[in-house]
Amino acid sequence: MKQDKLKEVAGYPDSMSGRDMHYCPGCTQGIIHRLIGEVIDELKIKEETIGIAPVGCAVLAYDYFDIDMQEASHGRAPAVATGIKRVHPDKMVFTYQGDGDLASIGTAEIIHAANRGEKITTVFVNNAIYGMTGGQMAPTTLLGQKTKTTPRGRSSEETGNPLKVSEMLSMLDGAAYIVRVSTHDLENINKTKQAIKKAFKVQQQGLGFALVEVLSTCPTNWGLSPRQAMEWLEKNMIPEFPPRVFCAPEGVDEL
Amino acid sequence: MGEKKLMKGNEAIAEAAIRAGCRYFFGYPITPQNEIPAYMSRRLPEEGGVFLQAESEVAASNMVYGAAGAGARVMTSSSSPGISLKAEGISYIAAAELPCVIVNMMRGGPGLGGIEPSQSDYFQATKGMAHGNFHLLVMAPSSVQEGVDLMSQAFDLADKYRGPVMLLGDGMIGQMMEPVEFPEKIDPTELPPKEWATDGARGREKNVINSLYLDPDVLENLNWKLQEKYEQMQREDVKYEEYHMEDAVVAVIAYGTAARIALDAVQAAREDGIRVGLIRPITLFPFPEQVIARASAQVDAFLTTELSTGQMVEDVRLAVKGRTPVFFHGRPGGNMLTPEELLEEIKKIRGEVQ
Ligand SMILES: Cc1ncc(C[n+]2csc(CCOP(=O)(O)OP(=O)(O)O)c2C)c(N)n1
Repeated sequence: MKQDKLKEVAGYPDSMSGRDMHYCPGCTQGIIHRLIGEVIDELKIKEETIGIAPVGCAVLAYDYFDIDMQEASHGRAPAVATGIKRVHPDKMVFTYQGDGDLASIGTAEIIHAANRGEKITTVFVNNAIYGMTGGQMAPTTLLGQKTKTTPRGRSSEETGNPLKVSEMLSMLDGAAYIVRVSTHDLENINKTKQAIKKAFKVQQQGLGFALVEVLSTCPTNWGLSPRQAMEWLEKNMIPEFPPRVFCAPEGVDEL
Repeated sequence: MGEKKLMKGNEAIAEAAIRAGCRYFFGYPITPQNEIPAYMSRRLPEEGGVFLQAESEVAASNMVYGAAGAGARVMTSSSSPGISLKAEGISYIAAAELPCVIVNMMRGGPGLGGIEPSQSDYFQATKGMAHGNFHLLVMAPSSVQEGVDLMSQAFDLADKYRGPVMLLGDGMIGQMMEPVEFPEKIDPTELPPKEWATDGARGREKNVINSLYLDPDVLENLNWKLQEKYEQMQREDVKYEEYHMEDAVVAVIAYGTAARIALDAVQAAREDGIRVGLIRPITLFPFPEQVIARASAQVDAFLTTELSTGQMVEDVRLAVKGRTPVFFHGRPGGNMLTPEELLEEIKKIRGEVQ
């Protein structure tokens, strides 16, 4: 039979459900989900991983992964993850959170989870806006950026400056691995996957709290086409949020 | 049952939780319940459990959500302002149908209020805890021993209904010392497995703990399912106690600390020849409405007394349905009711209805 010769070169990771996603064209959440799925497969931890979905565009993440999931209330994913991890310290627990979720309503929860050195992994999607509620200002919104609630552009005098979550968290002793990556091109997407994989391994080895800040797009609420959104991210977000490793445990490169 | 020990209410209730198989506690300090987290922080590690002081009550209740969803016997405790913050997590816990136990040692409110005993959170506990159509099963002990006994049942009830159970006390129940006996310890590893829990999908379909239902039919069904649980509670798990009701012509209704004071007043009234009895709701939700409805055919008047400006009295009126006059006498907490003032009240009412 001819089909025997066909070799699958790409497909859904086993740890993903394969359900159609609801994300807008040009939004990189689907890519980030997939990278997590690939990492879970490669580390062979599908049956021991529990994910926490946020409130935000990724609220339905529990539909897209084929693993145990809990849906948290807005911003509380790190607290929910703490509850799960304390009950099952031998399991892998990760949160997936947007910038409104993590850096606004959930700032207390993320700081204290990091400070406790909670052995969880957080994937933090920074798209500089509130996507799900229709494009309001996020703590990470750039100065001058127009949103539904900053119609004249964000001014630092009125609303402060873009919040640097990774910079802040990396000051904490409990934070083992804090890294910022981007999804605007293939090279950076590959780096994102490596960072997510390391962040899971840091947890696996019990080294402490790990967070990967992923710069992401929101073409719909930025009012741009998918391609323009990638370019906007590269041109405007990268200078404000430079991708780099903020802290890493010794020997992380061998992980 | 072992020997009797003299213990503070808060500590006795904490020990009872451990004996009932609770191994996880997430909380935040607030008077008058601080002995509970302190006791748990000492005892839980000895039992192989986890105590964690959360960064806030908001975080604590969401940690409880996570741990309950992961299949554990888990609890938190707080007092009035802290319960307001826990309300977020509790609404999600109810919606996701997760079993857990919450202790509320009420203090006076509103706002920061005071730290003295009060019963001003009856509405919050039984009706308006947070957004959505849900209730907690609420039990109110009136002695330290009863706190222990109710705590011993609380986790089983939480599992039975897959929902939050609240032990509602006040500063008095939490702080006073009384002799108590404890039941035998149960081994939480021998409890029936929770097949719905998220503990890693090993060789099974994935489990999801969730409260988001975008499909209106699914959401409606969840609401009716919760409602069905509350009806089942009303059929199967109402608890109350009656004192001197056989020949009573006036019934005092009080719960928790107020019921202790009311009982003194009832006994004093009996000595004065007034046929008065006491109905003491132990479950506040489900409320013992049938026993009160039955009593309304017997007595000439009800006197509801609370350490509040009148909250449970609304449920009494609903149960009585206008058949019998319902009076109220209360103080909003901080300052205590006295048996003497209640006795005066009973005499006044006796005069009025005669
Ligand atoms: C307590 C509470 N407040 C507000 C909301 C409304 N809400 C839903 S999503 C969201 C913003 C999420 O933004 P972000 O975390 O940046 O994620 P994104 O949608 O961009 O992925 C808000 C405010 C809510 N669901 N719950």
